[in-house]
Amino acid sequence: MSGPSTYEPKTGIERWLDTRLPIIRFGVDLLDFPTPKNLNYWWTFGGILAFCLVVQIVTGVILAMHYVANADLAFNSVEHIMRDVNYGWLIRGIHANGASMFFLAVYIHMFRGIYYGSYKAPREVLWILGVIIYLLMMATAFMGYVLPWGQMSFWGATVITNIIGSLPVIGPAITTWLWGGFAVDNPTLNRFFSLHYLLPFVIAGVVGLHIWALHVPGNNNPTGVNVKSKEDTVPFHPYYTVKDGFAVAVFTLLFASFVFFNPDGLGHPANFTPANPLVTPNPIVPEWYFLPFYAILRAIPNKVGGVFMMFASIGFLFILPWIDFAKTRSMRYRPTARVFFFFFVFTCLVLGVCGAHEPTGHPFGHADWGNFLDADINSYVWLSRIFVAYYFAYFIVITPLLGLIETPLPTPESISSPVLPQGAAASPEKKG
Amino acid sequence: MMRKALAIAAVFGITAMALPAFAETSAREPKDVHWSFEGPFGRFDQEQLQRGYKVYHDVCAACHSMNLMSYRNLGQKGGPFYDPKYPNPNDNPYVKTIVKDFKVPDIDTDTGDAIKRPATAADAFVKPFPNTYAAAAAYGGAAPPDLSLMVKARENGLRYVYSLLTGYATAPAGLTIPAGRYYNPYFPSDLGSAWTGKGPVPTGGFIAMPFQLTPNRVTYDDGVGATTEQEAKDVVAFLAWSAEPHADERKDLGLAVMIYLLIFTGVLYASYRTIWRNIEH
Repeated sequence: MSGPSTYEPKTGIERWLDTRLPIIRFGVDLLDFPTPKNLNYWWTFGGILAFCLVVQIVTGVILAMHYVANADLAFNSVEHIMRDVNYGWLIRGIHANGASMFFLAVYIHMFRGIYYGSYKAPREVLWILGVIIYLLMMATAFMGYVLPWGQMSFWGATVITNIIGSLPVIGPAITTWLWGGFAVDNPTLNRFFSLHYLLPFVIAGVVGLHIWALHVPGNNNPTGVNVKSKEDTVPFHPYYTVKDGFAVAVFTLLFASFVFFNPDGLGHPANFTPANPLVTPNPIVPEWYFLPFYAILRAIPNKVGGVFMMFASIGFLFILPWIDFAKTRSMRYRPTARVFFFFFVFTCLVLGVCGAHEPTGHPFGHADWGNFLDADINSYVWLSRIFVAYYFAYFIVITPLLGLIETPLPTPESISSPVLPQGAAASPEKKG
Repeated sequence: MMRKALAIAAVFGITAMALPAFAETSAREPKDVHWSFEGPFGRFDQEQLQRGYKVYHDVCAACHSMNLMSYRNLGQKGGPFYDPKYPNPNDNPYVKTIVKDFKVPDIDTDTGDAIKRPATAADAFVKPFPNTYAAAAAYGGAAPPDLSLMVKARENGLRYVYSLLTGYATAPAGLTIPAGRYYNPYFPSDLGSAWTGKGPVPTGGFIAMPFQLTPNRVTYDDGVGATTEQEAKDVVAFLAWSAEPHADERKDLGLAVMIYLLIFTGVLYASYRTIWRNIEH
C-alpha cells in the first residue's frame, strides 16, 4: 500500500498478471509490511477486531436465513433458531455474545490508541476513521439488539429513537424516518433489519480505509518513537500473524466461555419476554457497552442537554489529535498524563456502573447521609455527574494543558535502543 | 506486568459488578436451592425432567401455555422422554401416548369447517386458552404468563420461580389484600399503598395465582415423595430445560471446544516463541 514494493514476479503468469492487476503484489506487500518489532499485546486488538467483524458477518448472514423481520414473528423466529435450527443455538450464541466481545476489544483498542498517542500526526485520519467505525458499530449493535423483538429490544428502541427526536430541528424528522410510522412498530423492525444487514459492510469498507491509512505512516509503537531504520521493524508475516494469531486464540477462550457456559450472562432477562407496547419494563437499561453514555445522558437534568453531551462525549474523540499539544506520543514517557489517563479509564468504568443503576439508587450504603440542600449526593445520578465532569475535563482542560506544561521523560533514540541490556554496548547483530 | 494484570482485573471486576444489580426490588431474596444442571459440568436429570413434566401437565397446564414447546420436543435428544432406540421423537412411544390425551383445533380440508383433531407429536402444546384476552378474562384481568422461557425471563429465574412456588406466606397484619390476589413475599412489587400496619412496608407483592403445589398434588410414577419442595424443584427443572432444550448439548460441545482452544493456543504460543526467538524486543 505504501513504500517500495519488495515483490518480484517469478513466473510468467505472475508477470502477466502483475502488469494487469497487481493483486499478488498487493497481498505480498501486505504480508511483508514492515512493522515495529516492539509492539506489545495491546496492539493485537486490531487483529482481534478484524476477527470479530468476520465472525459477526458470517454468523449474521446465517441467522438472516432463518430470522423473520416481522413484529408478530420475530421473537418466535429467534426461538425457532435456538430450538429447531441445527446448531442455531450456537450461531446465535456466537452472534449475540460476539457483539459484546467486539465492543470489549474496540474499547481496549481505543484506550490503547489514547495511551500511546496513536492519534497524533501523521495518524489523524487513521484515528478519525477508527472513530467512524466505532460510531457505525454502535448503530449496528443498537439495531441488532432490537431484532429479537423482546421487551428490552422494543423499549430500548423506543427510548433511543425518542432521544434522537429531542434534537432541535432535525430530531423529529429523523425519528419519523427511523420509525416509519407514529411509534416503534413493524416498519421500524423492518428498516432496522435492513440497516443492520447493510451497516456491517459499510464497517468493512471503512475498516479497509482504516488499514490503508495505517499502512501509509505505518504502526505507532509503545515508545511512540518513529521507525528510524530497518532494524526497528520486522515483516508483518510471520512475526505478527503468529503473535496476533496467539492473541486471537486467547481471546476466543474468553469468547467461547461466554458462548458455551454463560450465553445469557451479558443480556437482560426482560428480553426473554416478547415485546409489549403496553407494559414498560423497569428499569430500561441498554447493553453494557452503552452504559457509560446512558449515564452521561441521565446525568444532565435537561433532555436536549443530555443528548448533546452524549454526542459530545464521542465528538471530542474526533478532535483529540488537535487538542493534544504534547509532542511526545507515548504516555510511557509522560508520567503525569499517565495518571490522568488511568483515571479517565476508571471514569469510563464508573460511568458504566452508574448507567446500570437507577439514578436515585445509593452507591455508598443505604443511608440517606447524602441529603444536601435539595439534592441527594449519595445517588448514582450525582456520582455520574462528578465523573461526567472529569470525562469532559479530560478533553477540554487536562489534555491540552498537560501538552503545554508537562515535561516528558527522555524518549529513546530509536525503537531498538531501549530493548538493549542496560550498559551493554549496542551490538548490531542483536538488533534483529 | 503486574499493573497490566491489575488493570485487566479491574475492567472485568467492575463490569461484573455492573451486571447483576439493576434495580432495587422489594421482593425477598430467593431461596438458596441447587439443581443438577447448573454450572459448566451440570446436566439435566432425565427422571427429574419427567417428574417436572408431570407437574406441568397435571397442575400448571390448566392455566399456563407453553407456546414454544411441541410434544415432539419431549422425545428429542436430551428431553424428558428421550430414548436412544427412537432417534426420531415422532416414533417415541411415550410421546405417542402423551399426545393421545390432546385434541388440537384445525380446519377440515374437505368441508372447510373448524374441527378438533387428535394431536400429533409435531403439534405445539395445547393452550389452555385460545388467546391472552380469554385468559385475562378468566382470571380477573391477569393472564397467566406463558412458561416457555419463564426461568430465563426473570432475574435469578431458577431460584425465583422455585421460591415463588414454595414461598406463599400468611400476610402480615395490616396488609390489605385485594380480592382474587394472594400475598407472596417473593413476588416483586411495592406494597406501600396496601400497608397500614406498623413498621416497614413488607417485601413482596400480590399475585393472582394462589398456592398450587400442595403436598401430593401429583403422584410421581417413580415413587418419589411429592412434597411441595420436590414438586417445585422438579417443575423448575422442566422449565429450565424447556427454556433452553439444547443446554446440555451446548455445554458438552463447549468443553470440547475449550480443550481444543487451549491446545491450539498452546501451539500458537510455541510457534510465536519459535518465530520470535532471534528478535530482541
